[in-house]
Amino acid sequence: MQTRVFLLIAIVAAAAVFFAARLISNDYVFFAGYTVLQFVVLATAWNILGGYTGYVNFGSAAFFALGAYSTVALHKFSPQVYRRWVDDMPDWFSSSVHSVIDPVVQALFPLSIPTLIVIGGIISAIVGLGTGYLTLRLRGAFFAIATLALAVVLQTFIVNWDYVGGSRGAYIIRPNELEVEPWLLSTWTAVKGLLPAWLASTTPISYIQYLFLLMLVLVVIALTVARGIERSQLGYGFATIRDDELAAEASGVPTLKLKLIATTLSGALMGMAGAPFPYYIGYLQPSSAFGLEYAVNSIAMPMIGGTTSWAGPLIGAILLGSLQQYVTVTISSSVNVLIVGLLLIVFVIIAPSGIIGLVQGWLRRAQAGQGGK
Amino acid sequence: MGVSFDLLINALIAGILLGGFYAAVTIGVSISFGILDIVNIAHPAFIILGSYIAYIVNARLGLDPILTSIVMLPVFYVLGAGIYQVYYEAFEKRGQESLRGLSFFFGLLFVTEVMLILVFGVDYRYVEAWYIGPSWHLGVMDFPLRMLVPCLAALALFGALQLFLSTTFIGRAISAVAQDQLALQLMGASPTRIKRIAFGISIATTAVAGALLIIIQPVEPSVGREYIGRVFAICVLGGLGSLPGTVIGAMLLGILESFTSTFYGPSWAPAVAFGVLLLTLAFRPAGLFGR
Repeated sequence: MQTRVFLLIAIVAAAAVFFAARLISNDYVFFAGYTVLQFVVLATAWNILGGYTGYVNFGSAAFFALGAYSTVALHKFSPQVYRRWVDDMPDWFSSSVHSVIDPVVQALFPLSIPTLIVIGGIISAIVGLGTGYLTLRLRGAFFAIATLALAVVLQTFIVNWDYVGGSRGAYIIRPNELEVEPWLLSTWTAVKGLLPAWLASTTPISYIQYLFLLMLVLVVIALTVARGIERSQLGYGFATIRDDELAAEASGVPTLKLKLIATTLSGALMGMAGAPFPYYIGYLQPSSAFGLEYAVNSIAMPMIGGTTSWAGPLIGAILLGSLQQYVTVTISSSVNVLIVGLLLIVFVIIAPSGIIGLVQGWLRRAQAGQGGK
Repeated sequence: MGVSFDLLINALIAGILLGGFYAAVTIGVSISFGILDIVNIAHPAFIILGSYIAYIVNARLGLDPILTSIVMLPVFYVLGAGIYQVYYEAFEKRGQESLRGLSFFFGLLFVTEVMLILVFGVDYRYVEAWYIGPSWHLGVMDFPLRMLVPCLAALALFGALQLFLSTTFIGRAISAVAQDQLALQLMGASPTRIKRIAFGISIATTAVAGALLIIIQPVEPSVGREYIGRVFAICVLGGLGSLPGTVIGAMLLGILESFTSTFYGPSWAPAVAFGVLLLTLAFRPAGLFGR
């Protein structure tokens, strides 16, 4: 199956999910669904590095929080803040700045969420590349340790940075109206005409539905990228690193370059998943952006689903994500991390290939049994 | 504006005392990561476990935390040996230690932390002992006993381990595991058994490190995560597997952190370890005293 065909199928599936959720017409579905989708993106992103090349990233929370906090920083940077900054500068300087940059700032801000997603992705990608460049030339364990420490340090920086709220956190006030890009709106109007009336219901899209839709788009992007890598030369290069890095290096595979590509891509996707988060939660604290659940889930989900294919993180994230939504509502969120941790330990010991491996083994045995008869 | 001499010398003393404590925290990782090549990122979780045991015994029976930790050494040793057995059977034997082995320890880290949260809550816990509170004064120099006692205990722990590793048969076999497993087998020692003993010892040190931690500062379950970066930074800085290097690395980090918190504020201290780690990895991955 071509990647283009896969993309098409993924878009259709995503659209089906969105309309199905709309049919339920209960905003809670979107609130819970958003979290699950966010985990699908994080798990898929983690797997591009962890599953395909075998390098463990413990700092998913750091990359996620980078995306979230770049949104907070840019959200706070309104034209008013900008004007105050400029007015503090010397007169001759501020007047020339006003005439040149004012129109640009006026036109750009406030940034739309898709723009913020792209920016968050770029910032996380750069940090991923930097961490990777410093540590990936050494043994694999060093990279893992560095990512673990990265989370602690970034949190220290955010806690000390008053502009984004410091340890108190920051309120993100959602805009009253949806600031949808004009081209998106016109596409929607065009598509709407083609749909049957019961699908294109006239109720306008609420804010949470918009966020859900954006996350759905990110899921489609992440899955397509992951599957595209799997079937490409890049993917084979990654697999050689995972299986025997020394042999790969000796056969002329540019291992460092490939590892850096994986780290950058993975970091970018995590940042993109984090960028809309402040708008979702409304009040962002360092402890929620750097939450335990991101680090542990983005490893546990691919491990439990299966790390060798794009479907593993998807299955793991949907199963674990939904389970956690249920447990959080019915019991508590600490129990939730406990369950994920225990499942992770049990799966890595008993079923190292995850659910996909279990199903494949079961199918193979069933086939062998039929052949025997 | 000059920085006062008193402030400087006391920051230095605080750093050295803190560094002594860091040596106790790191010495176990030096054995597991440095010598055995097992990336036990759950190490700080066991330290916190040690702290809570010291806390319970202290609160119920009023026993001294360091004494408790010495009594607990065999228990932690058995725990460590058991974990190594699982790790060996499930990962090392199958050659999957890099991805799944790491995830296993990561899972252990979270499970231990959340269990402690569920049992004790997220309140800070502390212990009581005669040396918590008073300080010795020597001219302008302050030696808070709360820091001095852990530092001395840590150095004693280091001395005992160094003696054990360099004089006994098992101790030398542990050093040999890192160098040549085949040669070790030919000398009539099973590498798996030696590694199990070494990992047991590595976890046993966390009982002491945990007790020292709760003497120095109040503890809650997630404090452990702050130590992950520190522990590995020290381990890498000192040169993997070198115990004297670990102590010197710990002192250096302690001094750096002490200066950072004296002159920039304590909230920046956690970032120091990471900076040290990255710089070491970038410029001298073998560490200051590496082979």
